[in-house]
Amino acid sequence: MAHDSVAARARKVAKALTTPLTPDDYFALINPLWSARELRGRVERVVPETDNAASLVIRPGWGWTFDHAPGQYIGIGVQMDGKFTWRSYSLSSPPRRTGRTISITVKAMPEGLLSEHLVRGLEPGTIVRLAAPQGDFVLPDPPPARMLFLVGGSGITPVMSMLRTLDRRGTVPDVDLVYSARNEADMMFADELRGFAAAHPALRLHERHTDVDGFFGLDELDGLVADWRERDTWACGPAPMLDDIVEHWDAADAGDRLHVERFSLALASDEAAGGTITFGSTGRTAEVDGATTLLEAGESVGVQMLYGCRMGICHTCDVPLASGRVRDLRTGEEHDQQNEYIQTCVSVAAGDCTLAI
Amino acid sequence: MAYTDVREYTHLNDDEVAEIGRELDRIRADVEASRGDADAAYVRRVITLQRRLAAAGRITLLASRYPPAWLLGTAMLGSAKILENMEIGHNVMHGQWDWMNDPEVHSSSWEWDTAQPAEQWKHSHNYIHHQFTNVIGHDNDIGYGILRMTRDQKWHPVNLGQPVYNTLLALLFQWGVALHDLDIEAIRKRRKDPRLLAKQLGQIRDKVGRQVLKDYVVYPALTGPYFMRTIAANASANLMRNVWSYLIIFCGHFPDGAVHFTEEELEDETRAEWYLRQMLGSANFEGGRFLHLMSGQLGYQIEHHLFPDLPSNRYAEISVQVRDLCARYDIPYTTGPLHRQYGQVLRTIMKMTLPDRFTSHDPAPEPPRKARRRRLSDDERQGRRLELGHWSRSASA
Repeated sequence: MAHDSVAARARKVAKALTTPLTPDDYFALINPLWSARELRGRVERVVPETDNAASLVIRPGWGWTFDHAPGQYIGIGVQMDGKFTWRSYSLSSPPRRTGRTISITVKAMPEGLLSEHLVRGLEPGTIVRLAAPQGDFVLPDPPPARMLFLVGGSGITPVMSMLRTLDRRGTVPDVDLVYSARNEADMMFADELRGFAAAHPALRLHERHTDVDGFFGLDELDGLVADWRERDTWACGPAPMLDDIVEHWDAADAGDRLHVERFSLALASDEAAGGTITFGSTGRTAEVDGATTLLEAGESVGVQMLYGCRMGICHTCDVPLASGRVRDLRTGEEHDQQNEYIQTCVSVAAGDCTLAI
Repeated sequence: MAYTDVREYTHLNDDEVAEIGRELDRIRADVEASRGDADAAYVRRVITLQRRLAAAGRITLLASRYPPAWLLGTAMLGSAKILENMEIGHNVMHGQWDWMNDPEVHSSSWEWDTAQPAEQWKHSHNYIHHQFTNVIGHDNDIGYGILRMTRDQKWHPVNLGQPVYNTLLALLFQWGVALHDLDIEAIRKRRKDPRLLAKQLGQIRDKVGRQVLKDYVVYPALTGPYFMRTIAANASANLMRNVWSYLIIFCGHFPDGAVHFTEEELEDETRAEWYLRQMLGSANFEGGRFLHLMSGQLGYQIEHHLFPDLPSNRYAEISVQVRDLCARYDIPYTTGPLHRQYGQVLRTIMKMTLPDRFTSHDPAPEPPRKARRRRLSDDERQGRRLELGHWSRSASA
C-alpha cells in the first residue's frame, strides 16, 4: 500500500537520527504502544466469562492490522517473573478493519501458570507482546451454505469469532453448533450464543453438559444433524475428541469437508538419530538422542536461547544452522542448508550439527 | 612477572580449589534462581532513563548556538552515550538480560552506540578477553595491542612513545575498540584470513558510516548555520564517553595486584582454576551507586569476570560473598578508590615505556599465605592430572 511505503520510507530516514536504535524505540517513550519493533498491546479490560475463564480486551500498538481471518489465533507474550512467556489463543473478536481492540478468551488450566495469570492476575494497563494472527482454521468468504461446528470447552473461541462475523455481516447460513461443556456455569458465551440462535432461525444451538449427559457420542450425530456428511465442518476442542472426529469423518469418506484446530501438538519422533549439537559462539555442546529438541538441548547446557510458543508456531526460537543436519519433528523433513533458519523448539539433531547462535 | 599455575601461586591444594569452584557455582545458581521482576524493572528503568537523556540532549543541542544550551546538551548526550555503552550495551551483549526472553533486549540483536559492530565486540570481548583473561599472547586486551603493560612483554624502541599512545588511546578509544577484533598482531604476522578481514572491514565501514552520518552530518545540519557548534558538541560528547570508558576499562585489569599469566596456565585448566584466574587477574574500584551505574558496574570487575552473564545490578550483592570467600581462602581481592587504581595504571604504562634495566622492579604481588604456609615440596604436591578428558576419548573412538 502506498501509505505503508511512505511510512516505511519516513522510518528509514528517521533511523539516520536514531541509529543504532529505531525511531520507534523513542516513540515508545511517549506511548508504549507506539512501536512496531515487536508487536505489542495494552490490556484494556479483563472480562470474566465463567468462573475460570476471562476475555482479555487488548488494544494493539503500531504495526497491527485488524484484518485477521475469523478463526485465527494470535500469540501473546506476558512478562512473568521478569521473563516473557508465550502462549497462543484464538481471537474471539470478529475482524474489523476500523477496530481498535481485539479480544482473546482464556480458560485457566489446572497447573497452567500463564493461563492462571492471564485470567486472574492481569491488571488492565499491562503491556503485552503479540504475535500476528495465524492459522488456516478460518471462515471462508463467502461462507458455505451449510455449516457444522463441533466444539468442546474452550474450543468455542475461534468459532465465536466466526459466528460473530457472520452475525455482524448478516450472512448467517444454515448452521448447526454442537457445543459441549462440563456444565452450565462452564459454558462460555452461552447467553450470546442463545441470542444468536434466537435472532437467526437458521442457526441451531445444541448445548451439551457433559457432567450430566456424558460426552457427545458421534453416533448421536445422525439423529441430531442428519446431513453432517454434506456440511462443511469445523471442530475444535480437546485432542481425544478431535482424534475421534477425524476418524469418524475419514470413515464416512467426508474428511475433505472437515477442518480441525488443535491446541496441543503431539510430536512424533522415531528415526532421528541424535548427535552432538554445538552452540556456535558459546562453544557449548550437548550430546542428545533423537527426541530432545535443539531448544531443550541448549537449555540443558545453559545456553540462553530465545523461544516463544515451544510448539513451532511463532518462530521466536529460529536460529540459523551453521552445519550438519536437523529434522523437523512435526513433518520429518530434514534441513541441511547452511544459514537456513530452523525452529529449534520442534527440531532435533539428525547427526552432529552446529547452530549459529 | 606472569604466573604459569594459578593453583601453585595461591598455595591452595586441589581440594581447596575445587571447593572454591563449588562455592562460586552456588553463588551463580542462587542468583540465576532469583532473577525476576525487580531485575527486569531495573534494566528497563535504565534503558528508559538513557533514551530520555539522549533525546533531551539532542533536542537541547538544536539550540547549540546558545552556550548554556550547548553545555547542557553536550553533558546530557555524553552521559547518555556513557550509560548506553557501559551499563546497557556492554552488559546486554554479554547476555546478562537474555533470560528475559525479550528480543528487544537480547545479546543476539543488540547494537550499540559506538563505532565497533556488536558482532565483532561479542567475539573480541565476550570470547577472547573473557575466556583468556590476562593470559599473555592470548588476551588482546592487555594494552589493547598498543601499549606494553608488563615486563613479560618484550621491550621495543617503539614503546618509547607510550605516553603519547596512551593519551591518543584515551581520546580516540571508540576507534581503537572499532579495530580491536581485526587483531592487528595477526595481520602484522600475516596470519589473518584476508576474506575474513575484508568482511570485518566491511562491517566496520557500514557501522562507522551510520555513526558518523548521525553525529557529524545529520544533527549538525538540523542546526543550519550553527553546524560547526553542533559538530563540536557531538564530538565532545563522544570524547567524554571515550575517555571515561578507557579509564574504567584500564582500571579493570592493570592496577597493581592484578596479575598476568602465561599460556601454560591454560593447559588442563579446570573450571575452578579459571575462576581463580579471573579473580586474580581483575581489580575492582570503590565508589557510590552513581559511579557504579556510570561505569556499568565494572567497579565490580572481579564479580563481572567470575559471572560475565549475570545481571549487572546483582554484582554489588555478589561482591559481599566473593570478598568473604577470598578472605577465608587468603586469596587477594584487589580494590581501591578509582583515582588510586588509575594512578597505578598510569605508573605502569610510564614504567613500561623504558627498558627494564632503567626501572625498578615492580614489587611482585605478595603471594598470599606466605607467612603462614610454606610452599609445598614437589613430593607433597599432587601431580598434574594426566587422564584424558571425555572429549578426547570419544574423539579417538
